[in-house]
Amino acid sequence: MRRPIAVLMAAALFVAACGGGGPGATTAPPPFGFPREIAGITITEPPVRIISGSPTHTEILFAIGAGGAVVAVDAFSDYPAEADDLPHLDAFNPSVEGFAALDPDLVIVTFDPNDLVGGLGALGIPVLVLDAPATTEGVYKQMAEIGVIVGHGDGATALIDRMRSEIAEIVAGLPEAVEPLDYYHELDPTLFSIGSDTFLGSLYAMLGMASIADAAGGGYPQLSAEFVIAADPDFVFLGDSTCCAQSLETVAARPGWDSLSAVSGGRVIALDEALASRWGPRIVDLLGVIADAVYGEDR
Amino acid sequence: MTARRIPRPALVTAVVLAVGAALLGVLIGPAALRPDRVIAELLDRLPWVSIESGLSERQTAILFELRLPRVVLGLLVGAVLSVSGGAYQGVFRNPLADPYLLGVAAGAGLGATLVIVTVGSSSALVGVAAFLGALAAVAVAYGLGAAAGGRRTGSTLILAGVAVAAFLTAAQTFVQQRNTDIIREVYSWILGRLGTVGWREVALMAPYAAISITVVLLHRRLLDVLAVGEEEARTLGVRPERVRLIVVLAATLGTAGAVAVSGLIGFVGIIVPHTVRLLVGGSHRVILPLSVLGGGAFLVVADMFARTVLSPAEVPIGVITAFVGGPFFVLVLRNSQRTGAP
Repeated sequence: MRRPIAVLMAAALFVAACGGGGPGATTAPPPFGFPREIAGITITEPPVRIISGSPTHTEILFAIGAGGAVVAVDAFSDYPAEADDLPHLDAFNPSVEGFAALDPDLVIVTFDPNDLVGGLGALGIPVLVLDAPATTEGVYKQMAEIGVIVGHGDGATALIDRMRSEIAEIVAGLPEAVEPLDYYHELDPTLFSIGSDTFLGSLYAMLGMASIADAAGGGYPQLSAEFVIAADPDFVFLGDSTCCAQSLETVAARPGWDSLSAVSGGRVIALDEALASRWGPRIVDLLGVIADAVYGEDR
Repeated sequence: MTARRIPRPALVTAVVLAVGAALLGVLIGPAALRPDRVIAELLDRLPWVSIESGLSERQTAILFELRLPRVVLGLLVGAVLSVSGGAYQGVFRNPLADPYLLGVAAGAGLGATLVIVTVGSSSALVGVAAFLGALAAVAVAYGLGAAAGGRRTGSTLILAGVAVAAFLTAAQTFVQQRNTDIIREVYSWILGRLGTVGWREVALMAPYAAISITVVLLHRRLLDVLAVGEEEARTLGVRPERVRLIVVLAATLGTAGAVAVSGLIGFVGIIVPHTVRLLVGGSHRVILPLSVLGGGAFLVVADMFARTVLSPAEVPIGVITAFVGGPFFVLVLRNSQRTGAP
């Protein structure tokens, strides 16, 4: 059940790209306090029955201290453990009635496939649509917005400060780059990849790395096998090790791939798919894992 | 009067097209390999020839482990889909019949989706399940058609096929909706792909191709006899039901193999036989052999576009074939209405 998150995130990011704006573009930094208006619905006090429609927002809600107000999560939310114990709903193809039946006073989703905003809005239930941001600054903005709306602004501020300093520490510890490293990040075995212009790409960029998929215009292109091999990236990161059982061994066994220097040099790294597909508090962990793999743990 | 033997110019053209397409397919790709070096490297592999091509080890791997198997598989899959389409059109005497109309593709799709959901997309069972699904779909369509039409006439079979396909597609969509996590895997499979193939897939496909092409071609004269009429065929000692069953089985076997290695690649089975029919004539003795060559050439060229249009990103090959196939389909329809005969 982990693999889909990459798909969800890809879909959400795609929607974000089409919409022309991340969360920063949708709302100005909100003032504190209540009452406040969400999608035309006024709430007078902090929500106490929240449905989180994505694993990212589940992680954010719990990290800022609002976990106690979450009554249900989407099918892929599995972290933290308390969240996994809550009822799971299908947020990919959501049922307005199914959501309404849980009597929520706030719903957070990353995209709105079945017009939850309109359907639940008609019942007076506010729906917050927060799609994937393009950068870590967008992540902080989103966390701050959630914090204010659910009445945990302090928790959000603390979380953001902690993430900022931890990320700064990782980046400061990097060696001086002689020349930029390039990588191939694999979303699935049919060679869907990411460009440097994606959120995940922005994390790699912080570590001084550029995606070979930039030659395909960035975004989430499906690359030709012969292009990947001709590009001969310094590193291969597998975002499909859980879903599709990919590993250094399976990559090396693909036709022609044993000629990659990343394969012969053992620079094929299987990433935790949950880490590599959510823009929540644990992007710090992901950055750490990648930095360790690329520059060594005692960098 | 339609030609009974393949006109020499047509045969030469088809061979030149197939060889030319294969050569282009090997020469053109997202990794810029110098054409002269590619040709030198290919010649170097011939017995008693030794040429230093100047390709690096990695470039040689791209040529022999990625491009060449992809071109060979394109030839095989294109040939099988086309000859199967031509065979179905002959058996059912319906110009729009193709491997998709009898529910073959829908059955294969359901089988493959079930395996992707339960085991995973990298499992070798995907191919087996696609084959079983295809066979089951044809069996049901055939049985339904027989029960409804008494005799297995062309039109009842087609109707039964449409009903079976609709049912299986609904079942497949339902399974897919219940498992949103695999939607993209199923989706990329449905659109068809030659992108990640190697010699393993070629080896898988070769026996399917050999059997189905051979059997269909051996029956091409009998299909011509059937085209005259069932009663006439009977008086000539031909058993229409038997011929139909054998040809349908062979075409389905080939289609299932193609679906298993390359996903669902639509429209090839309609485009190619009809082009041959329009250009050369309506006899199966002409259409079927030329479809083998033309189908291979068409799919290799389509795959070349799939690799290069958005290079280095890929376009699903099914998108290319349908993009050409859609307008062509309309053209065939117009033409068959004007002449009044398929």
